[in-house]
Formats: sequence, structure tokens, C-alpha cells
Amino acid sequence: MKFLRDFLDKQKPQFGKGGRFEKLHSTFDAFETFLFVPNKTTSSGAHIRDAIDLKRTMSFVILAMMPALLFGVWNVGYQHFLSLGQSPGFWPMVYYGLGKVLPIIAVSYIAGLGAEFVFAQIRGHEVNEGYLVSGMLIPLVMPVDIPLWMVAVACIFAVVIGKETFGGTGMNVFNPALLARAFVFFAYPAKITGDTIWIGGLSKPEGVVDAFSGATPLSNAAAGAMEKIPDFYDLFFGFIPGSIGETSKFAILLGAIVLVVTGIGSWRIIVSSLLGGVSMSLIFNLFAANEYMKIDPMTQIMMGSFLFGTVFMATDPVTASQTTRGKWIYGFLIGFFAIMIRVFNPAYPEGTMLAILLMNAFAPLIDFYVVEANIKKRLKRALTGVKPLKQN
Amino acid sequence: MFNIAQTKCVPLQNINIFIKVDMSNIIRIKKGLNINLIGEAEKIIKELSTDQYALKPTDFIGVFPKLLVKEGDVVKAGSPLFTDKTRENILFTSPVSGVIQEIKRGAKRVVLEVKIVSDGKNGHVLFGTADPKKLEKAAITEKMLASGVWPLVRQRPYSVIANPDDEPKAIFVSAFDSAPLAPDNSFVVQGETEAFQKGLDALSRLTKGTVHLNLDANHSNSKVFENFKGVQINRFAGPHPAGNVGVQINKIDPINKAEVVWYLYPQDVVLIGRLFLTGTFDATRVIALTGPEVLKPVYYKTKIGAAIHNFIHGNVSNSEKRFISGNVLTGNKIGSDGYVGFYSSQLTVVKEGNYHEFLGWALPGFNKFSFSRSFPTFLFKNKKYDLDTNIHGGHRALVMTGQFEKVFPFNIYPMQLLKAIMVEDIDMMEKLGIYEVDEEDFALCEVIDTSKTDIQEVVRKGLDLMRKEMS
Repeated sequence: MKFLRDFLDKQKPQFGKGGRFEKLHSTFDAFETFLFVPNKTTSSGAHIRDAIDLKRTMSFVILAMMPALLFGVWNVGYQHFLSLGQSPGFWPMVYYGLGKVLPIIAVSYIAGLGAEFVFAQIRGHEVNEGYLVSGMLIPLVMPVDIPLWMVAVACIFAVVIGKETFGGTGMNVFNPALLARAFVFFAYPAKITGDTIWIGGLSKPEGVVDAFSGATPLSNAAAGAMEKIPDFYDLFFGFIPGSIGETSKFAILLGAIVLVVTGIGSWRIIVSSLLGGVSMSLIFNLFAANEYMKIDPMTQIMMGSFLFGTVFMATDPVTASQTTRGKWIYGFLIGFFAIMIRVFNPAYPEGTMLAILLMNAFAPLIDFYVVEANIKKRLKRALTGVKPLKQN
Repeated sequence: MFNIAQTKCVPLQNINIFIKVDMSNIIRIKKGLNINLIGEAEKIIKELSTDQYALKPTDFIGVFPKLLVKEGDVVKAGSPLFTDKTRENILFTSPVSGVIQEIKRGAKRVVLEVKIVSDGKNGHVLFGTADPKKLEKAAITEKMLASGVWPLVRQRPYSVIANPDDEPKAIFVSAFDSAPLAPDNSFVVQGETEAFQKGLDALSRLTKGTVHLNLDANHSNSKVFENFKGVQINRFAGPHPAGNVGVQINKIDPINKAEVVWYLYPQDVVLIGRLFLTGTFDATRVIALTGPEVLKPVYYKTKIGAAIHNFIHGNVSNSEKRFISGNVLTGNKIGSDGYVGFYSSQLTVVKEGNYHEFLGWALPGFNKFSFSRSFPTFLFKNKKYDLDTNIHGGHRALVMTGQFEKVFPFNIYPMQLLKAIMVEDIDMMEKLGIYEVDEEDFALCEVIDTSKTDIQEVVRKGLDLMRKEMS
């Protein structure tokens, strides 16, 4: 790789201060550090440092999303041919899926990273890796028939309004990927609701099998059509319509294992969120005022984007609670509200997105009270002179 | 999470005599991390002869040196070299007899090093022998101040040299060092037990509270420290930073606002003991030469402030190296022509890491050290590493959460405290417990930090700000 290094070293001055391409400094830096870990050494404090950096952290999150993405690509094809009443085999389904999904991913990265690079250059800092994850999450939470220009607008909105106005990666209040989805949800509701948008080609119904419904399990549940909800097997492995990456709970759980084993995703948030969802479902079961409330907790969790949101969105360290205790509360309330909103919202049968965004807003408040408890204990110790505080 | 050694202590008036120490209770530290490096010093002590020594005012936090000697002056061991402008009763004295060779200054004429060439004659200033048990506090501090051993006594909060007029609520001596490749103190203090006991006797006259001697519960070699009198013995088990005095204070007698605790290193207790035994400032100290780049890591007997040239000559690898006075977590970078720091009993040599690594963040990394489980090496807990000084990434915003807490055994929220320091919120810093921590307590957080923030620098800034605010 020496020739590459030499080439970069030769080009570097042009992108430095006073160079011809000074305005592309951040961009050059982003690509250079992508190819080569910098040669910077410690100058103060500890002389040795952990090998992990934000790039590796983020690449593991992307790795964790791969099963959901790959299944999603296949499922897009599968659902499409199902609606046509055909079954052309594995590869045609994958090709169809790639043809639908890859453009969305490409647009997401080009639009979002473009905005990131411009901001990094203007603000004079390095390009943060956060968008590498957001840029993959956004396609996974979109319906397959979403117009590409909408994806672009949503991504730019997420980066500019959702992140950079708050000060960039690490400072944002709301999860950028969810914000992108919420943006489409409120700005172009027709493109993200209904029964026809979840399956490729279904919005232009040509050659569709008679009486074929593209309704998701959730919209069936909301409509009270309980008999149409697929069985557990289909829900778990994801042979159902839905956003690109959300359908296979199996693939999502594979991702969850990657996140939890590497310690990059908080298992506390995942577990507490599941607990919250189960609790709310059980409470609903208790009242059972309508058919939707009667659905058992397991099915509730297997439907919609609950698991996807829990594993990939709620665990976003920037927008979640930062304290250990806070994470338990934060996760639990996400699960709790997700099911509550899902059942009570008359306009839309899913609540995960809104529940997470709501708790994003409350995460700092949760942390405030958790930290306040620690402060009070310390004050009390000073006043009474008693022994050390218990560990957090 | 931990048990406090329940000590049935009955202080008889002002004489600290403790009847019985309960040996069974061990304070267990669960959060932390041992970083296993190659290059542990073999248990051999070699004599090191050098005639180059230096005292570095920069080793002392918050000290503004006022020189008392000039180049060419003849000094003895114990002759004052400089004092602190703000506290002129604190003297810094020469570790050897000889001639002042040079006073090295840096930017804005800041004094960096007072260099002494030893004459090899071991001429000493005499301060008179005494039994510290029979002396009042004032007489002891006076002797310690005059001889230059006082700066070995430091205080928490802030880690500055103790103020002799203060009334510390306790004095802590951590008998073990849990940092990477740290010297084995029981090996080092072996044979110095008489001086160590004398030193403890002197310390116990300096406080109305308790003198705590904290031992490593796992270490069979702690035996050397078992039988000292007049102190409370506490046992700690667990990974680094279990040996950090800050952690030990936090578990035994945490510092509240306006309280002061003093602390010392074991070899420094020996130095104080020698002062009372021999009446001289005998700056002899054992230094462990450690690190992956050292060919034969061993212990050396030398004196405070020795030039490292003779340690490393012919005993280090040919690669580009970093010399660290202290350990890799908290030590100071020095040149190959540098001197061991005043408080250091370890010298570490590692490779400089100024290389570009192709796709380093993406490759599996079978030799990489990481606390996270994102490298395969997490499967090999006892693997020994040859680490260099590369940062392994770029500076980023603080994105990840919940990581620091895993290596930070305090009942303090590390991230929140750091952010309070960064925005200079004095009130919040105090509320979140800044008095209980020091830079070294955050060293592991800094090592494992994904954002590559220089955390110890931030903490130091916070402590300095707090000290300014409180004075």
C-alpha cells in the first residue's frame, strides 16, 4: 500500500491551508483517514490508547444491520413476485430487490454525506462517522416504493436540521434516521401510509393477483382483521410486507447479538424496551376493550418495527439516556409507549418511531434526575459524615 | 459492592495505637482494567552509577519556583535548590552532593531543570536524628521542610504538595501499584522495613486521624507490609485502578468539600524514615526499568532525579522510542537525555506510533489491544501486548456512553463530570464530586475512549480551576 500512501502524501499539501483545493480539506481528510488510520501519537495523558475508534464502532453497527438489509433485499423481491402471483426463484427476487433498494441506499449516502462534508468544511472540523450508520438506517426504515427525491430531501433534513444545527454528531437531540422518517411521515403522508406502498410495484397495480392485499400485519390488526395476521413463523422470519429492513425479526436479532457482544449497543436498552412493550401489551390484554388490545405480547413485539427500533434506533448512544439507570427507564418507556401509541393512534397503526422520538426528548430529563440522586447522596454524606456512597 | 474493613480502633489520646485489625475484610474493586504489557522488570536490583541528576520544578503541580542556587554553586545532599514562590517554607533540595551544572529554562524563562553533577562523595547536610514518636507535629514538619522531604507528601484534592499547616483528616499510603508494569513495592521496600516504620511513625504524628496502609489482597508478597504498627491496614482486590490512592480514599474515607487527605508513595515513606534515622536527606530510590522496548528490564538502585542515559544505554531496542518517567497511563514523556521525575519509581520505554495504518479500523486486528469486544483479542484475557503511542483514530465528539463507567470504580458519573469541567461549571463540578478524583483516576477512561479525547488534561484543567476558585 506504499504507492497509495505516497500518492496521498503528495496530494496532501494541495488540500492544506493555502492549497489549491483548500475548500475540500475535510473531504480529503475523510477519505485519507478512511484509507489509513492517522499517524498521530499521544501528546498528553495516557501514552497508549485503545485500538477502537469511531470508525470501527460505526462499522460494527453497519455490520449488525447487514442481516436485516440482505433479508430486506430478498423480501422486496419476494413480496413483489408474490403480488404478481409468480415465484421465479431466489436470484430474480434478489435482483429485483437490489434494483429497488440499492438506489435508495445510494441516494441516502450521497445526499446525507454531501451535506455532512459541506458542514464539516464550513465548520472546519473532521467529518464524523455518524452518518455512515444513519445513511444505512434510513433506507431500512423506508417503504420500498418511496420516491428517491423524497429520500434525498429527508436525508438532507436529517443532517442539517436534525444534527448540524445542534452542533453535529454527538450533540443531536433526536435520532437523525428517525427524524428523516418522521419528516417523510409528516410531509408526504401518502407515501408512507396505506396498504400499497410496502410492496415494490404495488402502487401501480398491473398484473397484481386478484384480491391481493399489501397490508402489513399492523394495518390488519388496526382494522380488526385478526384472521389476516400471519402466523408466528412468518412474522419472526419476516415473510411479510413492511419497511425494507424491519420485517425479519430473526435478522434483527442477529444484529442485536453483534451489538451486544461487541458492547456497542446497550443491552440494557434492548432488554428494558422489550420489558416495556410486554408490560403495555399485558395491560391491554387485561382491559381487552377491542381486538387490537387482545393481541398477545409476543405477537405485538413481532409486528411492525418494534424490534428494529429497539435494537438499532433506541440504542443510539447520542440520543439515549447516558446513565446506566437512565437507560433502563428510557428503554422501558420506549417499549411501553410504542405499544400504547400503536394501539391508540387512529391514524397510523405503528408507534415505535414516535415513542423513540418522544423519549429522545425526555432522555436528558431522565439523566437529570438520575444524576441529581447521586448529587443528593454526596451532599448528605458531606453533612452527616457517614461512610462512602454505594456504587452506581 | 464493597466492604469496608471494619476496624476496631481505639486511639489512646493522641497516640495512634490500634488494637486489632480485622484481616478478613477485603475491599473488592470490580470496575477497572489491567493492561498487560510486555517488559515487566525482573526482580533483580542493580546499582546504577550516574553523575547526572536534575530536579524538575514541572514535576510539582502549582509550584512557581524561586531559585536559591546559580550555576557553579556547590551543594550537598539536602541543600535547597529552589522554593515555591507562593509557599516559601517548602524547599526542594538536592538529592546528591556536587555542583550545579546548568539551570535549563524553557519558553518565558520557565525553569525546567536544575541540573547537578554529582561529585560522588555523598556529602550530606545534617538535620539531626530523632525519634518521631517523641516529637510534636511542628517539630516533625520543620525537619521535613528543611530537609526537602516535605514535597513527597501530597494532598487530595488537587494532588498538590501538602500544606504543612493543614489538618488532614487521614493519611493514605497505597502499598501497591496496579498500573501497567508497575514496580513491586513489597520487593522494593524489602530490607527497608525499619526506615518504613519510622516514616509511618512520623506520619502518624501529622494527623489526628488515621494513617491507612493499603495492601494488595491478592499479593502474597504483601507480607512485607503486614506487620507495621500504628496504622490501619486495608486490603484491596481487583484490577487497576485498585492501587490508586484516590480509589482507596473513596472507598474508605471519601473526601467531602473543604476536607483534605494526605498521601504518599511507599518509597517516599522510607525516605522520610531515613531522615529521622540518619538525620540526612538520603534520596536513594529503586526504579523499575520496564516496557516492551527494554531488552533486559530490571530494577535499578539510584537517586531521585537520576539521568536516564545510563539506564537505557545498550539496553533498549533500535526503533523510535518514547521514554516515560512513570507508567504508560500517567507518566511524563521525557527525552533520551532526560531525568526520572521526582515522584516516579518507574521508567517505561515504548515504541512511538507515528505510522499510517492501511484500513486499520476495518481489519480484524489480531494484535490490537482493545477494552471493547470489537477486536478478536478480547478472547485472550492474559495476552501480553507490545503497544505504541499511536492514537488509533481521530478526535471526535463524545458519542459512546456507558464505557467509562466500566473502568471507573467511583460512585461518580465520569461523563457528566467531564462535561461539567469542559463548560467550566464550577458548581456542577463540585456537586458531581471533583474533590474525590484526580487525573490518574481518569487514565483508563482516556485509554478506552472512542472519541480520543485527552481526558486527563480536561480533569487537570478542572482541578486547577477549582483550586483557583477555592483559594
